[in-house]
Amino acid sequence: MFEAIAFYLFAFLTIAMFYIVVTTKQALYALTALAAGMIFISAFFFILGADFLGAVQIIVYTGAVMALYAFGMMFFDSTRDVKEKQGNKFIVVGLATLAAVLVVVIFAAPMLSENIVAFYPQLEGVGNTQQVGLVLFTKYLIPFEVAAVMLLVAMVAGIVLAGKKMDLSLTLMNAEEIEEAEEKNKKVLS
Amino acid sequence: MMEIGLNHYLVLSTILFAIGLVGVMRRKNLLLLFFATEILLNSVNIAFAAISHYYGDLTGQMFAFFVIAIAASEVAVGLGLLIVWFKRHGNIDLDTMTSMRG
Repeated sequence: MFEAIAFYLFAFLTIAMFYIVVTTKQALYALTALAAGMIFISAFFFILGADFLGAVQIIVYTGAVMALYAFGMMFFDSTRDVKEKQGNKFIVVGLATLAAVLVVVIFAAPMLSENIVAFYPQLEGVGNTQQVGLVLFTKYLIPFEVAAVMLLVAMVAGIVLAGKKMDLSLTLMNAEEIEEAEEKNKKVLS
Repeated sequence: MMEIGLNHYLVLSTILFAIGLVGVMRRKNLLLLFFATEILLNSVNIAFAAISHYYGDLTGQMFAFFVIAIAASEVAVGLGLLIVWFKRHGNIDLDTMTSMRG
């Protein structure tokens, strides 16, 4: 009963938030709605008994990814209205629905065609975090370490890409200095 | 109706995935395009967690963790590239990203 109420409430809230993300013209509204939607999605993980996944969802998505976007938006002109593609709306919505249904069929077809047996059945009397640790550090140890290396590579790439010319600030320079810097930029680029 | 099963979660995942795809197709601003891809990844995560719960198997949750890790690194690299592009060209619209003349 409570599970059903929680499911429908959070389903409605998540869909509403993500609808705002894809339709709003203000980038800041999209950012805020996306952060709220991420929190609401973690509620589904808690309902499903995946407590650790829900906590990771809040920490990584709303804590790290959204903060990164928020800091990144300081570089962009986020107060300007976002322009949209003027295409046929029915084609867009139709194609999106078709592709989404296709994805779910890909998920569901193996389950319907053969009886799935759990490789790593959930243990009795052990919390979710403990189970996750047991499986992650035995069977999925190599992917876990590869993911760690990938995050390191991403961090280095982020620093190298975004950290260039952090010492110049366009807002603190006067017009001649900006022009001079742009001339230098053109020479470097060409 | 009152008993929430796997199908409910799969339908929710489909709806969220469709919303994300609509966002990918109609957005021109690359930052908002990134937001739409986050929606796609999250909808798939819900499906993974639901299947993991209803089949009593932890593999789905493991894949959800790796999806989260990939999303985090994608954001770091993508945002770095966007900042570099914005510093050089002054906007991040997809239509202006035509450096090849053909």
